[in-house]
Amino acid sequence: MAADVMHAGAQARGGAGGRVAVGALVLALMLLPLVGGRYAQYVAIQVAILALFALGFNILFGYSGLLSFGQAGFYAVGAYGCAKLLLLKPSLLFGVIGGTALAGVAALALGVLCIRHTRIYFSMLTLAFGMMIFSLALKWRDFTGGDDGLVGIPRAPLEIPWVLSIDMASMGRYYYFVMAVALLAIAVAYRLVRSPLGLTFQGIRDSETRMAFTGVPVRRYRLIAFVVAGLYAGLAGALLPALENTVTPPVAHWSTSADPVLATLMGGVQSFAGPIVGAFLFFMIKDIIVRFTEYWLICLGVIVVVLVMGFRGGVLSLVEGRWRTRRRVEVES
Amino acid sequence: MIPVLLEAQALRKTFGHLAAVDNVSLSLEPGVLTAIIGPNGAGKTTLINLLTGLLLPDTGTVRFKAEDISRLPAHARVRRGIARSFQIMTIFPSLTVQENILLPALARRGRNHRAFARLEGEGEAFGDAQEILGEIGLWEQRDVQVRALSHGDQRRLELGIAVATRPELCFLDEPSSGMNPIERQAVLGLIRKLSAERRTTFVIIEHDMDVVFSLSERIVVMNRGQVLADGTPAAIRENRAVRETYLGTEV
Repeated sequence: MAADVMHAGAQARGGAGGRVAVGALVLALMLLPLVGGRYAQYVAIQVAILALFALGFNILFGYSGLLSFGQAGFYAVGAYGCAKLLLLKPSLLFGVIGGTALAGVAALALGVLCIRHTRIYFSMLTLAFGMMIFSLALKWRDFTGGDDGLVGIPRAPLEIPWVLSIDMASMGRYYYFVMAVALLAIAVAYRLVRSPLGLTFQGIRDSETRMAFTGVPVRRYRLIAFVVAGLYAGLAGALLPALENTVTPPVAHWSTSADPVLATLMGGVQSFAGPIVGAFLFFMIKDIIVRFTEYWLICLGVIVVVLVMGFRGGVLSLVEGRWRTRRRVEVES
Repeated sequence: MIPVLLEAQALRKTFGHLAAVDNVSLSLEPGVLTAIIGPNGAGKTTLINLLTGLLLPDTGTVRFKAEDISRLPAHARVRRGIARSFQIMTIFPSLTVQENILLPALARRGRNHRAFARLEGEGEAFGDAQEILGEIGLWEQRDVQVRALSHGDQRRLELGIAVATRPELCFLDEPSSGMNPIERQAVLGLIRKLSAERRTTFVIIEHDMDVVFSLSERIVVMNRGQVLADGTPAAIRENRAVRETYLGTEV
Protein backbone atom coordinates (compact mmCIF):
# COMPACT_ATOMS: atom_id res chain seq x y z
CA MET A 1 0.00 0.00 0.00
CA ALA A 2 2.59 2.49 1.11
CA ALA A 3 4.83 1.76 -1.84
CA ASP A 4 2.55 3.06 -4.56
CA VAL A 5 1.55 6.19 -2.65
CA MET A 6 5.06 6.93 -1.52
CA HIS A 7 6.03 10.54 -1.42
CA ALA A 8 7.87 11.05 -4.68
CA GLY A 9 9.69 14.17 -3.53
CA ALA A 10 11.20 12.55 -0.45
CA GLN A 11 12.12 9.52 -2.46
CA ALA A 12 13.92 11.59 -5.07
CA ARG A 13 15.67 13.81 -2.53
CA GLY A 14 17.25 10.88 -0.69
CA GLY A 15 18.22 9.36 -4.03
CA ALA A 16 21.44 8.13 -5.53
CA GLY A 17 23.09 11.54 -5.85
CA GLY A 18 22.62 12.25 -2.17
CA ARG A 19 24.00 8.87 -1.17
CA VAL A 20 27.15 9.35 -3.24
CA ALA A 21 27.67 12.80 -1.71
CA VAL A 22 27.28 11.46 1.85
CA GLY A 23 29.66 8.57 1.09
CA ALA A 24 32.27 10.92 -0.33
CA LEU A 25 31.95 13.20 2.68
CA VAL A 26 32.39 10.36 5.18
CA LEU A 27 35.42 9.09 3.24
CA ALA A 28 36.96 12.56 3.18
CA LEU A 29 36.40 12.95 6.92
CA MET A 30 38.07 9.58 7.57
CA LEU A 31 41.09 10.48 5.45
CA LEU A 32 41.52 14.02 6.76
CA PRO A 33 43.91 13.15 9.65
CA LEU A 34 46.21 11.44 7.13
CA VAL A 35 46.60 14.56 4.97
CA GLY A 36 45.82 17.40 7.35
CA GLY A 37 47.68 18.25 10.54
CA ARG A 38 46.43 19.00 14.01
CA TYR A 39 45.06 22.35 12.92
CA ALA A 40 42.91 20.85 10.16
CA GLN A 41 41.54 18.34 12.65
CA TYR A 42 40.88 21.08 15.17
CA VAL A 43 38.96 23.16 12.62
CA ALA A 44 37.05 20.10 11.42
CA ILE A 45 35.97 19.40 15.00
CA GLN A 46 34.84 23.01 15.35
CA VAL A 47 32.85 22.69 12.11
CA ALA A 48 31.21 19.49 13.36
CA ILE A 49 30.30 21.13 16.67
CA LEU A 50 28.76 24.16 14.95
CA ALA A 51 27.00 21.87 12.47
CA LEU A 52 25.27 20.00 15.31
CA PHE A 53 24.47 23.27 17.07
CA ALA A 54 22.97 24.74 13.87
CA LEU A 55 21.17 21.52 12.94
CA GLY A 56 19.23 21.61 16.20
CA PHE A 57 18.60 25.31 15.80
CA ASN A 58 17.17 24.69 12.35
CA ILE A 59 14.77 22.02 13.59
CA LEU A 60 13.34 24.80 15.73
CA PHE A 61 13.66 27.61 13.18
CA GLY A 62 13.50 26.17 9.68
CA TYR A 63 11.18 23.27 10.45
CA SER A 64 9.00 24.57 13.29
CA GLY A 65 9.10 28.30 12.58
CA LEU A 66 10.44 29.38 15.97
CA LEU A 67 13.44 31.74 15.99
CA SER A 68 15.44 31.28 19.19
CA PHE A 69 18.13 33.74 20.18
CA GLY A 70 18.99 31.82 23.32
CA GLN A 71 20.48 28.59 22.04
CA ALA A 72 23.88 29.52 23.51
CA GLY A 73 22.29 28.97 26.92
CA PHE A 74 21.77 25.27 26.22
CA TYR A 75 25.14 25.08 24.43
CA ALA A 76 26.68 26.40 27.64
CA VAL A 77 24.72 24.00 29.86
CA GLY A 78 26.09 21.18 27.71
CA ALA A 79 29.64 22.56 27.88
CA TYR A 80 29.68 23.38 31.61
CA GLY A 81 27.76 20.22 32.47
CA CYS A 82 30.19 18.03 30.55
CA ALA A 83 33.19 19.89 32.00
CA LYS A 84 31.93 19.45 35.57
CA LEU A 85 31.25 15.77 35.00
CA LEU A 86 34.68 15.21 33.41
CA LEU A 87 36.33 16.89 36.40
CA LEU A 88 34.28 14.63 38.64
CA LYS A 89 34.89 11.39 36.78
CA PRO A 90 37.21 11.32 33.76
CA SER A 91 35.06 9.35 31.32
CA LEU A 92 34.30 10.92 27.97
CA LEU A 93 30.93 9.25 27.36
CA PHE A 94 29.81 10.05 30.90
CA GLY A 95 30.61 13.73 30.34
CA VAL A 96 29.14 14.05 26.85
CA ILE A 97 25.94 12.14 27.56
CA GLY A 98 25.53 13.83 30.93
CA GLY A 99 26.10 17.31 29.52
CA THR A 100 23.64 16.68 26.70
CA ALA A 101 21.02 15.38 29.11
CA LEU A 102 21.44 18.40 31.39
CA ALA A 103 20.90 20.71 28.41
CA GLY A 104 17.77 18.73 27.55
CA VAL A 105 16.45 19.18 31.09
CA ALA A 106 17.21 22.91 30.94
CA ALA A 107 15.44 23.18 27.57
CA LEU A 108 12.43 21.37 28.97
CA ALA A 109 12.22 23.65 32.02
CA LEU A 110 12.71 26.92 30.13
CA GLY A 111 10.81 25.67 27.08
CA VAL A 112 7.61 25.33 29.08
CA LEU A 113 7.81 29.08 29.65
CA CYS A 114 9.06 30.08 26.17
CA ILE A 115 6.71 28.10 23.93
CA ARG A 116 3.67 29.83 25.36
CA HIS A 117 4.54 32.58 22.90
CA THR A 118 5.47 32.71 19.22
CA ARG A 119 7.20 35.08 16.82
CA ILE A 120 9.19 37.96 18.30
CA TYR A 121 7.81 37.35 21.81
CA PHE A 122 9.23 33.86 21.74
CA SER A 123 12.55 35.16 20.39
CA MET A 124 12.84 37.79 23.13
CA LEU A 125 12.03 35.28 25.86
CA THR A 126 14.70 32.89 24.60
CA LEU A 127 17.17 35.78 24.45
CA ALA A 128 16.35 36.70 28.04
CA PHE A 129 16.69 33.14 29.35
CA GLY A 130 19.88 32.68 27.36
CA MET A 131 21.38 35.74 28.99
CA MET A 132 20.18 34.49 32.36
CA ILE A 133 22.32 31.40 31.83
CA PHE A 134 25.19 33.66 30.78
CA SER A 135 24.88 35.58 34.08
CA LEU A 136 24.93 32.32 35.97
CA ALA A 137 28.12 31.29 34.18
CA LEU A 138 29.67 34.64 35.02
CA LYS A 139 28.48 35.15 38.60
CA TRP A 140 28.09 31.72 40.14
CA ARG A 141 31.81 31.62 40.83
CA ASP A 142 31.82 28.61 43.14
CA PHE A 143 30.33 26.39 40.50
CA THR A 144 31.42 27.88 37.17
CA GLY A 145 34.67 29.58 38.09
CA GLY A 146 33.29 32.96 37.05
CA ASP A 147 35.36 34.92 34.54
CA ASP A 148 38.13 32.34 34.52
CA GLY A 149 35.74 29.55 33.71
CA LEU A 150 36.55 25.92 34.34
CA VAL A 151 40.13 24.93 33.60
CA GLY A 152 42.17 21.75 33.44
CA ILE A 153 39.42 19.63 31.99
CA PRO A 154 40.92 16.30 30.95
CA ARG A 155 40.40 14.83 27.50
CA ALA A 156 39.17 11.77 29.28
CA PRO A 157 39.41 8.30 27.80
CA LEU A 158 36.43 6.78 26.02
CA GLU A 159 35.35 4.19 28.52
CA ILE A 160 32.59 1.67 28.70
CA PRO A 161 33.14 -0.38 31.87
CA TRP A 162 34.24 -3.95 31.17
CA VAL A 163 33.93 -3.38 27.42
CA LEU A 164 36.49 -0.91 26.18
CA SER A 165 38.78 1.89 27.18
CA ILE A 166 40.37 4.06 24.51
CA ASP A 167 42.80 6.82 25.33
CA MET A 168 41.72 10.13 23.82
CA ALA A 169 44.74 12.27 24.60
CA SER A 170 45.79 12.67 20.95
CA MET A 171 43.89 15.09 18.74
CA GLY A 172 43.51 12.41 16.07
CA ARG A 173 41.62 10.05 18.36
CA TYR A 174 39.35 12.79 19.62
CA TYR A 175 38.75 13.86 16.02
CA TYR A 176 37.39 10.40 15.16
CA PHE A 177 35.26 10.37 18.28
CA VAL A 178 33.67 13.74 17.43
CA MET A 179 33.09 12.74 13.80
CA ALA A 180 31.43 9.47 14.83
CA VAL A 181 29.17 11.26 17.31
CA ALA A 182 28.36 14.00 14.77
CA LEU A 183 27.50 11.56 11.97
CA LEU A 184 25.29 9.57 14.32
CA ALA A 185 23.51 12.72 15.53
CA ILE A 186 23.07 13.94 11.95
CA ALA A 187 21.59 10.58 10.96
CA VAL A 188 19.15 10.76 13.87
CA ALA A 189 18.12 14.31 12.89
CA TYR A 190 17.70 13.20 9.29
CA ARG A 191 15.36 10.43 10.33
CA LEU A 192 13.51 12.81 12.62
CA VAL A 193 12.70 15.46 10.02
CA ARG A 194 11.40 12.77 7.68
CA SER A 195 9.15 11.23 10.29
CA PRO A 196 5.52 12.03 11.10
CA LEU A 197 6.93 14.28 13.84
CA GLY A 198 9.06 16.20 11.32
CA LEU A 199 6.04 16.74 9.07
CA THR A 200 4.04 17.91 12.08
CA PHE A 201 6.76 20.48 12.89
CA GLN A 202 6.51 21.78 9.33
CA GLY A 203 2.73 21.94 9.61
CA ILE A 204 3.07 24.06 12.75
CA ARG A 205 5.49 26.36 10.93
CA ASP A 206 3.10 26.79 7.99
CA SER A 207 -0.11 27.29 9.96
CA GLU A 208 -0.41 26.86 13.67
CA THR A 209 -4.19 27.33 13.52
CA ARG A 210 -4.68 24.73 10.83
CA MET A 211 -2.44 22.33 12.78
CA ALA A 212 -4.50 22.79 15.95
CA PHE A 213 -7.63 22.12 13.90
CA THR A 214 -6.30 18.80 12.69
CA GLY A 215 -6.45 17.76 16.34
CA VAL A 216 -2.83 18.28 17.39
CA PRO A 217 -1.90 20.04 20.66
CA VAL A 218 0.42 22.57 19.05
CA ARG A 219 2.10 23.80 22.23
CA ARG A 220 3.22 20.33 23.23
CA TYR A 221 4.82 19.87 19.82
CA ARG A 222 6.53 23.24 20.00
CA LEU A 223 7.97 22.09 23.31
CA ILE A 224 9.22 18.87 21.72
CA ALA A 225 10.96 20.90 18.98
CA PHE A 226 12.46 23.17 21.63
CA VAL A 227 13.83 20.24 23.63
CA VAL A 228 15.25 18.59 20.49
CA ALA A 229 17.03 21.85 19.61
CA GLY A 230 18.24 22.11 23.22
CA LEU A 231 19.60 18.55 23.14
CA TYR A 232 21.54 19.25 19.93
CA ALA A 233 22.88 22.51 21.34
CA GLY A 234 23.84 20.62 24.50
CA LEU A 235 25.58 17.84 22.56
CA ALA A 236 27.51 20.42 20.55
CA GLY A 237 28.52 22.18 23.75
CA ALA A 238 29.45 18.92 25.46
CA LEU A 239 32.01 18.15 22.74
CA LEU A 240 33.80 21.42 23.51
CA PRO A 241 35.48 20.99 26.96
CA ALA A 242 37.55 17.95 25.99
CA LEU A 243 38.74 19.82 22.90
CA GLU A 244 39.71 23.08 24.58
CA ASN A 245 40.42 21.75 28.10
CA THR A 246 38.60 24.84 29.36
CA VAL A 247 35.12 26.37 29.34
CA THR A 248 34.59 30.10 29.77
CA PRO A 249 31.47 32.31 30.00
CA PRO A 250 31.54 33.55 26.35
CA VAL A 251 30.13 30.17 25.24
CA ALA A 252 26.88 31.27 26.92
CA HIS A 253 26.87 34.79 25.49
CA TRP A 254 24.09 35.83 23.12
CA SER A 255 26.66 36.40 20.38
CA THR A 256 27.33 32.64 20.50
CA SER A 257 23.61 32.16 19.82
CA ALA A 258 24.15 34.06 16.58
CA ASP A 259 26.63 31.46 15.23
CA PRO A 260 24.02 28.81 14.41
CA VAL A 261 21.71 31.53 13.07
CA LEU A 262 24.40 32.76 10.67
CA ALA A 263 25.47 29.26 9.68
CA THR A 264 21.86 28.25 8.99
CA LEU A 265 21.09 31.38 6.98
CA MET A 266 24.23 30.91 4.91
CA GLY A 267 23.68 27.24 4.19
CA GLY A 268 19.94 27.34 3.71
CA VAL A 269 16.97 27.34 6.06
CA GLN A 270 14.76 25.16 3.91
CA SER A 271 17.06 22.22 3.49
CA PHE A 272 18.28 19.59 5.90
CA ALA A 273 21.94 19.95 4.91
CA GLY A 274 21.82 23.77 5.03
CA PRO A 275 23.12 24.17 8.59
CA ILE A 276 25.91 21.65 7.98
CA VAL A 277 27.09 23.35 4.79
CA GLY A 278 26.68 26.70 6.54
CA ALA A 279 28.85 25.59 9.48
CA PHE A 280 31.58 24.63 7.03
CA LEU A 281 31.33 27.98 5.20
CA PHE A 282 31.29 29.83 8.51
CA PHE A 283 34.72 28.52 9.52
CA MET A 284 36.20 28.65 6.01
CA ILE A 285 35.21 32.29 5.60
CA LYS A 286 36.36 33.11 9.12
CA ASP A 287 39.67 31.36 8.49
CA ILE A 288 40.30 33.37 5.35
CA ILE A 289 39.15 36.74 6.66
CA VAL A 290 41.02 36.67 9.99
CA ARG A 291 44.27 36.65 8.01
CA PHE A 292 43.46 40.18 6.88
CA THR A 293 41.45 41.74 9.70
CA GLU A 294 40.38 41.01 13.23
CA TYR A 295 36.94 42.44 12.40
CA TRP A 296 36.03 39.28 10.55
CA LEU A 297 32.46 39.32 11.85
CA ILE A 298 31.71 42.49 9.88
CA CYS A 299 32.75 40.79 6.66
CA LEU A 300 30.80 37.67 7.57
CA GLY A 301 27.76 39.85 8.28
CA VAL A 302 27.98 41.44 4.85
CA ILE A 303 28.22 38.02 3.22
CA VAL A 304 25.18 36.78 5.13
CA VAL A 305 23.15 39.89 4.22
CA VAL A 306 24.02 39.47 0.54
CA LEU A 307 23.15 35.77 0.66
CA VAL A 308 19.84 36.35 2.44
CA MET A 309 18.82 39.14 0.09
CA GLY A 310 20.02 37.40 -3.05
CA PHE A 311 19.12 33.77 -2.39
CA ARG A 312 16.72 33.40 0.47
CA GLY A 313 17.29 29.68 0.62
CA GLY A 314 21.03 30.07 1.25
CA VAL A 315 23.85 28.53 -0.72
CA LEU A 316 22.09 25.19 -1.09
CA SER A 317 19.13 26.80 -2.86
CA LEU A 318 21.46 27.54 -5.76
CA VAL A 319 22.09 23.85 -6.25
CA GLU A 320 18.60 22.64 -5.40
CA GLY A 321 16.88 25.38 -7.40
CA ARG A 322 18.46 24.12 -10.59
CA TRP A 323 17.62 20.57 -9.70
CA ARG A 324 13.98 21.41 -9.02
CA THR A 325 13.44 23.10 -12.36
CA ARG A 326 14.84 20.05 -14.04
CA ARG A 327 12.46 17.82 -12.16
CA ARG A 328 9.44 19.94 -13.05
CA VAL A 329 10.29 19.58 -16.72
CA GLU A 330 10.48 15.82 -16.29
CA VAL A 331 7.04 15.79 -14.68
CA GLU A 332 5.53 17.80 -17.47
CA SER A 333 6.98 15.81 -20.31
CA MET B 1 -36.60 12.03 19.88
CA ILE B 2 -33.66 12.79 17.59
CA PRO B 3 -30.36 12.84 19.50
CA VAL B 4 -28.76 16.28 19.46
CA LEU B 5 -25.23 16.42 18.06
CA LEU B 6 -24.26 19.84 19.35
CA GLU B 7 -26.10 22.13 21.65
CA ALA B 8 -25.18 25.74 22.45
CA GLN B 9 -26.90 27.50 25.31
CA ALA B 10 -27.00 31.27 25.84
CA LEU B 11 -23.60 31.84 24.22
CA ARG B 12 -22.23 35.32 24.56
CA LYS B 13 -18.98 36.87 23.35
CA THR B 14 -18.19 40.57 23.47
CA PHE B 15 -15.33 42.50 21.90
CA GLY B 16 -15.13 45.77 23.83
CA HIS B 17 -18.67 47.11 23.83
CA LEU B 18 -19.76 45.05 20.86
CA ALA B 19 -21.65 41.86 21.60
CA ALA B 20 -20.55 39.85 18.56
CA VAL B 21 -22.59 36.88 19.74
CA ASP B 22 -25.39 37.80 22.09
CA ASN B 23 -27.29 35.11 23.92
CA VAL B 24 -27.38 32.55 21.13
CA SER B 25 -28.87 29.13 21.74
CA LEU B 26 -28.77 26.58 18.98
CA SER B 27 -28.95 22.84 18.61
CA LEU B 28 -27.74 20.85 15.64
CA GLU B 29 -29.13 17.45 14.75
CA PRO B 30 -27.06 14.87 12.96
CA GLY B 31 -27.43 14.69 9.19
CA VAL B 32 -29.13 18.05 8.70
CA LEU B 33 -27.11 20.24 6.34
CA THR B 34 -27.47 23.66 7.93
CA ALA B 35 -26.61 27.09 6.55
CA ILE B 36 -25.92 30.11 8.72
CA ILE B 37 -26.64 33.36 6.89
CA GLY B 38 -26.82 37.00 7.80
CA PRO B 39 -25.36 40.38 6.90
CA ASN B 40 -21.68 41.18 7.49
CA GLY B 41 -20.95 41.57 11.17
CA ALA B 42 -23.94 39.48 12.21
CA GLY B 43 -21.73 37.22 14.30
CA LYS B 44 -21.72 34.12 12.11
CA THR B 45 -17.98 33.53 12.15
CA THR B 46 -17.71 34.41 15.85
CA LEU B 47 -20.41 31.84 16.61
CA ILE B 48 -18.48 29.16 14.74
CA ASN B 49 -15.28 30.24 16.49
CA LEU B 50 -17.02 29.69 19.83
CA LEU B 51 -18.39 26.31 18.82
CA THR B 52 -15.04 25.04 17.48
CA GLY B 53 -12.81 26.43 20.22
CA LEU B 54 -10.92 29.15 18.38
CA LEU B 55 -12.50 31.53 20.89
CA LEU B 56 -13.88 30.85 24.35
CA PRO B 57 -17.29 32.28 25.23
CA ASP B 58 -17.74 34.92 27.95
CA THR B 59 -20.81 33.06 29.19
CA GLY B 60 -22.89 30.16 28.01
CA THR B 61 -22.15 26.50 27.32
CA VAL B 62 -21.45 24.28 24.35
CA ARG B 63 -22.30 20.60 24.56
CA PHE B 64 -21.18 18.02 22.02
CA LYS B 65 -23.00 14.70 22.29
CA ALA B 66 -24.02 15.70 25.83
CA GLU B 67 -20.44 16.47 26.93
CA ASP B 68 -19.67 20.01 28.06
CA ILE B 69 -16.89 21.24 25.75
CA SER B 70 -17.26 24.98 26.45
CA ARG B 71 -13.71 25.32 27.79
CA LEU B 72 -11.93 22.70 25.71
CA PRO B 73 -9.13 23.87 23.39
CA ALA B 74 -9.63 23.51 19.65
CA HIS B 75 -7.48 20.41 19.20
CA ALA B 76 -9.44 18.52 21.87
CA ARG B 77 -12.71 19.36 20.11
CA VAL B 78 -11.27 18.12 16.82
CA ARG B 79 -10.37 14.85 18.54
CA ARG B 80 -14.03 14.53 19.57
CA GLY B 81 -15.22 14.98 16.01
CA ILE B 82 -15.65 18.69 15.27
CA ALA B 83 -13.74 20.03 12.25
CA ARG B 84 -13.82 23.30 10.37
CA SER B 85 -12.48 25.37 7.51
CA PHE B 86 -11.78 29.08 7.62
CA GLN B 87 -13.05 32.16 5.86
CA ILE B 88 -9.45 33.20 5.21
CA MET B 89 -7.75 30.23 3.63
CA THR B 90 -5.84 28.23 6.21
CA ILE B 91 -3.71 25.49 4.71
CA PHE B 92 -0.04 24.43 4.79
CA PRO B 93 1.32 26.41 1.81
CA SER B 94 4.88 25.07 1.66
CA LEU B 95 3.91 21.40 1.94
CA THR B 96 2.68 19.20 -0.88
CA VAL B 97 -1.01 18.46 -1.47
CA GLN B 98 -0.58 14.97 -0.10
CA GLU B 99 1.28 16.16 3.00
CA ASN B 100 -1.56 18.60 3.68
CA ILE B 101 -3.99 15.68 3.90
CA LEU B 102 -1.51 13.40 5.67
CA LEU B 103 -1.28 15.70 8.70
CA PRO B 104 -4.95 15.35 9.70
CA ALA B 105 -4.86 11.66 8.70
CA LEU B 106 -1.92 11.10 11.06
CA ALA B 107 -3.59 13.17 13.77
CA ARG B 108 -6.76 11.10 13.59
CA ARG B 109 -4.68 8.00 14.23
CA GLY B 110 -2.63 9.74 16.92
CA ARG B 111 0.69 9.24 15.13
CA ASN B 112 2.11 12.76 14.84
CA HIS B 113 4.55 12.18 17.70
CA ARG B 114 6.38 9.33 15.99
CA ALA B 115 9.91 10.68 15.70
CA PHE B 116 11.92 7.69 14.52
CA ALA B 117 9.46 6.13 12.10
CA ARG B 118 9.70 6.78 8.40
CA LEU B 119 6.83 8.87 7.11
CA GLU B 120 6.56 6.50 4.14
CA GLY B 121 5.85 3.68 6.58
CA GLU B 122 2.54 5.24 7.67
CA GLY B 123 0.56 3.12 5.21
CA GLU B 124 -2.83 3.62 6.86
CA ALA B 125 -2.54 7.40 6.86
CA PHE B 126 -1.38 7.32 3.23
CA GLY B 127 -4.41 5.18 2.45
CA ASP B 128 -6.72 7.72 4.10
CA ALA B 129 -5.03 10.53 2.21
CA GLN B 130 -5.38 8.69 -1.08
CA GLU B 131 -9.10 8.28 -0.48
CA ILE B 132 -9.64 11.93 0.45
CA LEU B 133 -7.51 13.15 -2.47
CA GLY B 134 -9.65 11.07 -4.80
CA GLU B 135 -12.81 12.57 -3.38
CA ILE B 136 -11.64 16.16 -3.71
CA GLY B 137 -10.12 15.45 -7.11
CA LEU B 138 -6.53 16.38 -6.30
CA TRP B 139 -4.90 12.96 -6.52
CA GLU B 140 -3.09 13.84 -9.75
CA GLN B 141 -1.57 16.91 -8.08
CA ARG B 142 -0.56 15.13 -4.87
CA ASP B 143 3.14 16.02 -5.15
CA VAL B 144 2.59 19.65 -6.09
CA GLN B 145 3.52 22.25 -3.52
CA VAL B 146 0.23 23.77 -2.36
CA ARG B 147 1.46 27.31 -2.98
CA ALA B 148 1.38 26.54 -6.69
CA LEU B 149 -2.30 25.45 -6.78
CA SER B 150 -5.10 27.65 -8.11
CA HIS B 151 -7.36 29.37 -5.59
CA GLY B 152 -10.20 26.99 -6.31
CA ASP B 153 -7.99 23.95 -5.83
CA GLN B 154 -6.66 25.37 -2.57
CA ARG B 155 -10.23 25.83 -1.36
CA ARG B 156 -11.05 22.23 -2.20
CA LEU B 157 -7.87 21.15 -0.42
CA GLU B 158 -8.93 23.01 2.71
CA LEU B 159 -12.24 21.17 2.62
CA GLY B 160 -10.22 17.97 2.25
CA ILE B 161 -8.07 18.79 5.30
CA ALA B 162 -11.21 19.39 7.36
CA VAL B 163 -12.90 16.12 6.38
CA ALA B 164 -9.66 14.11 6.67
CA THR B 165 -10.12 14.21 10.44
CA ARG B 166 -13.33 12.23 9.74
CA PRO B 167 -15.49 14.62 11.73
CA GLU B 168 -19.06 14.03 12.79
CA LEU B 169 -19.66 17.75 12.58
CA CYS B 170 -17.91 20.03 10.13
CA PHE B 171 -18.20 23.80 9.92
CA LEU B 172 -17.32 25.44 6.60
CA ASP B 173 -16.86 29.20 6.68
CA GLU B 174 -17.66 30.47 3.18
CA PRO B 175 -16.31 27.41 1.38
CA SER B 176 -16.90 28.91 -2.07
CA SER B 177 -15.62 32.43 -1.46
CA GLY B 178 -13.47 33.85 -4.22
CA MET B 179 -14.39 31.06 -6.63
CA ASN B 180 -15.64 31.37 -10.16
CA PRO B 181 -19.13 29.91 -10.87
CA ILE B 182 -17.78 26.65 -12.24
CA GLU B 183 -15.46 26.04 -9.26
CA ARG B 184 -18.33 27.02 -6.99
CA GLN B 185 -20.65 24.41 -8.46
CA ALA B 186 -17.90 21.81 -8.15
CA VAL B 187 -17.20 22.53 -4.48
CA LEU B 188 -20.90 22.62 -3.59
CA GLY B 189 -21.44 19.33 -5.39
CA LEU B 190 -18.58 17.97 -3.34
CA ILE B 191 -20.12 19.16 -0.06
CA ARG B 192 -23.44 17.61 -1.06
CA LYS B 193 -21.71 14.33 -1.90
CA LEU B 194 -19.69 14.24 1.31
CA SER B 195 -22.77 15.15 3.29
CA ALA B 196 -24.58 12.20 1.79
CA GLU B 197 -21.86 9.58 2.11
CA ARG B 198 -19.62 10.32 5.06
CA ARG B 199 -22.17 10.70 7.77
CA THR B 200 -20.63 14.06 8.50
CA THR B 201 -23.04 16.82 9.40
CA PHE B 202 -22.09 20.03 7.62
CA VAL B 203 -22.82 23.55 8.77
CA ILE B 204 -21.89 26.24 6.26
CA ILE B 205 -21.67 29.98 6.33
CA GLU B 206 -22.50 31.27 2.86
CA HIS B 207 -23.40 34.53 1.19
CA ASP B 208 -24.66 33.20 -2.13
CA MET B 209 -28.41 32.76 -1.60
CA ASP B 210 -28.84 30.45 -4.60
CA VAL B 211 -26.33 28.14 -2.97
CA VAL B 212 -27.93 28.43 0.44
CA PHE B 213 -31.43 27.64 -0.74
CA SER B 214 -30.44 24.84 -3.07
CA LEU B 215 -28.05 23.10 -0.66
CA SER B 216 -29.33 23.37 2.86
CA GLU B 217 -32.09 21.64 4.73
CA ARG B 218 -32.15 24.17 7.52
CA ILE B 219 -31.28 27.87 7.60
CA VAL B 220 -30.28 29.90 10.64
CA VAL B 221 -30.45 33.66 10.05
CA MET B 222 -28.31 35.85 12.30
CA ASN B 223 -28.40 39.58 12.77
CA ARG B 224 -26.53 41.74 15.27
CA GLY B 225 -25.25 38.78 17.22
CA GLN B 226 -28.62 37.11 17.63
CA VAL B 227 -30.62 34.45 15.87
CA LEU B 228 -33.26 36.24 13.86
CA ALA B 229 -34.91 33.19 12.37
CA ASP B 230 -34.37 29.44 12.17
CA GLY B 231 -36.20 26.98 9.96
CA THR B 232 -36.50 25.19 6.63
CA PRO B 233 -35.54 27.08 3.45
CA ALA B 234 -39.23 27.43 2.55
CA ALA B 235 -40.08 28.91 5.94
CA ILE B 236 -37.13 31.32 5.85
CA ARG B 237 -38.12 32.45 2.36
CA GLU B 238 -41.54 33.43 3.69
CA ASN B 239 -40.27 34.99 6.92
CA ARG B 240 -41.11 38.71 6.92
CA ALA B 241 -38.42 39.81 9.36
CA VAL B 242 -35.75 38.04 7.32
CA ARG B 243 -36.96 39.54 4.07
CA GLU B 244 -36.87 43.02 5.56
CA THR B 245 -33.45 42.85 7.19
CA TYR B 246 -31.52 40.67 4.84
CA LEU B 247 -32.94 38.95 1.83
CA GLY B 248 -34.82 41.82 0.31
CA THR B 249 -37.79 40.98 -1.87
CA GLU B 250 -36.06 39.34 -4.81
CA VAL B 251 -35.51 35.87 -3.44
